[in-house]
Amino acid sequence: MSRTNKFALAAVAVAVSVGLAACGKKEEPKQADAAPAPAPAAPAEVTVKIAHVGPISGQIAHLGKDNENGARLAIEEANAKGIVVDGKKLKFELVAEDDAADPKQATAVAQKVVDAKVVGVIGHLNSGTSIPASAIYNTAGIPQISPSATNPKLTAQGFPGVFRMVANDIAQGTAIGNFAVKGMGGKKIAIIDDKTAYGVGLADETEKAVKAAGGEVVIREALANEKEQDFKGVLTKIRAKNPDVIMFGGMDAQAGPMLKQMKALGIKAKFISGDGAQSAELIKLAGDAAEGAYATTAGLPKDKMPQGAAFYDKFKAKFNTDVQVYAPFTYDATNVLIAAIQKANSLEPAKIIPAIKSISMDGVTGPIAFDDKGDIKDGAVTVFQVKGGKWETVEIIGGPMPAAAAAPAAPAPEKQEEKKQ
Amino acid sequence: MSMEVLLQQIVNGLVVGSVYALVALGYTMVYGILQLINFAHGDIVMIGALTALFTASALLGAGVPPILALVISIFVAMLVCAVIGVATERLAYRPLRNAPRLAPLITAIGVSILLQQIAILVFGRNYFSFPELISKTPIALGVVTITLNEIIIFFASIALMAGLLWLVHRTKIGTAMRATAENQKVAGLMGIDINRVIAFTFAIGSALGAIAGVMVASNYGQAHYFMGFMLGLKAFTAAVMGGIGNLWGAMIGGLILGLVENVGLIFVRGDYKDIFAFVVLVLVLIFRPQGLIGERVAERA
Repeated sequence: MSRTNKFALAAVAVAVSVGLAACGKKEEPKQADAAPAPAPAAPAEVTVKIAHVGPISGQIAHLGKDNENGARLAIEEANAKGIVVDGKKLKFELVAEDDAADPKQATAVAQKVVDAKVVGVIGHLNSGTSIPASAIYNTAGIPQISPSATNPKLTAQGFPGVFRMVANDIAQGTAIGNFAVKGMGGKKIAIIDDKTAYGVGLADETEKAVKAAGGEVVIREALANEKEQDFKGVLTKIRAKNPDVIMFGGMDAQAGPMLKQMKALGIKAKFISGDGAQSAELIKLAGDAAEGAYATTAGLPKDKMPQGAAFYDKFKAKFNTDVQVYAPFTYDATNVLIAAIQKANSLEPAKIIPAIKSISMDGVTGPIAFDDKGDIKDGAVTVFQVKGGKWETVEIIGGPMPAAAAAPAAPAPEKQEEKKQ
Repeated sequence: MSMEVLLQQIVNGLVVGSVYALVALGYTMVYGILQLINFAHGDIVMIGALTALFTASALLGAGVPPILALVISIFVAMLVCAVIGVATERLAYRPLRNAPRLAPLITAIGVSILLQQIAILVFGRNYFSFPELISKTPIALGVVTITLNEIIIFFASIALMAGLLWLVHRTKIGTAMRATAENQKVAGLMGIDINRVIAFTFAIGSALGAIAGVMVASNYGQAHYFMGFMLGLKAFTAAVMGGIGNLWGAMIGGLILGLVENVGLIFVRGDYKDIFAFVVLVLVLIFRPQGLIGERVAERA
């Protein structure tokens, strides 16, 4: 008998370890098929390699490809212009790599692009990949501009070459907390996180902002992990506290069924989440239960970007697909890097980094300048709500001056098209 | 904590626990006969859920009424899972029947990964929303809220378990299953076709798993290719807790695990839910290594 059970226990151990190993296993990096082949440089030309790294395989591959296309568009335009630096004509080449949204693969790929002698890196898409990769870029002394990583830690490490194009989770969490109390009229707020770096960070910042805005955090809960599907136990505890607003720090894959299970438990509280849940996928997963849910994103909505419409058209014409989310930010990030090369009049990363730090230009996403840490100045946060099965802009918080002035004045919520497929 | 929370958590626990029990039966039936822990069972449940999800979505799209779509999709899922269950036994486990016990165990883990990869190829990596085939409108019963969907899940599980007990104890094939569990060689000498009985066990276990998959997906409102892993582990825990190889043990273990997880949340935060469940398993194994009910050799099947 006891032998049997020892065996059973050993079997559990084997299964757990194999399962965990399987979790970590991701696809091999794929070479992006559309990456331009290294053309033999003409005598007067110098080839300059710029890396883009994002998840081109796995669950958010569509977002990674979107980011990559933004960078590709910027590079092709720069090549068409024929930029001359230090008396040499530059030919930019995109080194497109895949990190599969996996931190382990991200560091391997980071080393690979460093070895490929790129002048700078556009990426990564996620916080979880950008942060470990940033240490490798920092050691190599090359600049890294992330279009979409929002975790505050990325720029808090004190690396001189790290920049990001969007507001971080402090800005986003603060906006969520404020909006939950003031915009949604919540007095009692319940906060749940998914135990990931992103979810916990966003939830912590929301909690601070709720308290600062005079709201009360009646319960702080957490899910077992980011794959958990059964929220009824946690939601039952929350229901007993009778909150006005439930805030969830996590991704759409959990926010969707969470909304459904809230409905099944008869919870009437309003729901708000961050950019991880602000996707068309959420509406698909939650169905009717998504109606009325709020979520924020870092950045302006497309119709508030100064040159948003033009960029979206150009992108569509070039790649025959719509922008998902962050392509305008990778496009701008690539242009920032190219402009910094011109400004420094050099291809040496050590000279490019200070040039990025002091840059001030107008991108398609708005005016671009960085603070001392490398975060974008005046990063905007947009609040969306699901209305009639679509995300619609409710409010724009912070952000560059012209847009910020225009936004609160608009009484009717602007129509926002679906951002993700 | 208030009475309201306790009662609601008991309801939540019974619903989830009844599904764990149904999945646990698949582990315990195979273990009873082959002394094999079929780690691929959780993934068979996943295949059942995804098959039913896609069948039901297609049928709803074609204008079939929800209840009919549900019945047809469950039937299709049971059929697909039974075929996969029998095929894995035939192709992966039967050649290893006389091999050391670790060989089929490792094979089972391999089959589990294989099934996940097949699911990715067939269905994709996305999360899929499970259509609301049975009403999920909340019904207030005193302080407790429940949906018709949950009521049906609970009672259907109980009915299926009762049906299985009847099959094992009151039918000819059930007698053959128990005889095979007792002693394969002697059962063979008595004229029982061992291979047929084992294949039948896999078919029944997998078909029950398919139903459990549909229940889980409809309860949580979503399914994806990785859902079988944790569910399988929980159900296996339930089987061990009750006494693996014992049908009653799997059922009681499943219900207890569901209750422990949900009632335990009164004392700990949600992120400790799984830890709580596995701590209870460890405690049961320390104080009752044979499981709560234990493996009654004469009745294992």
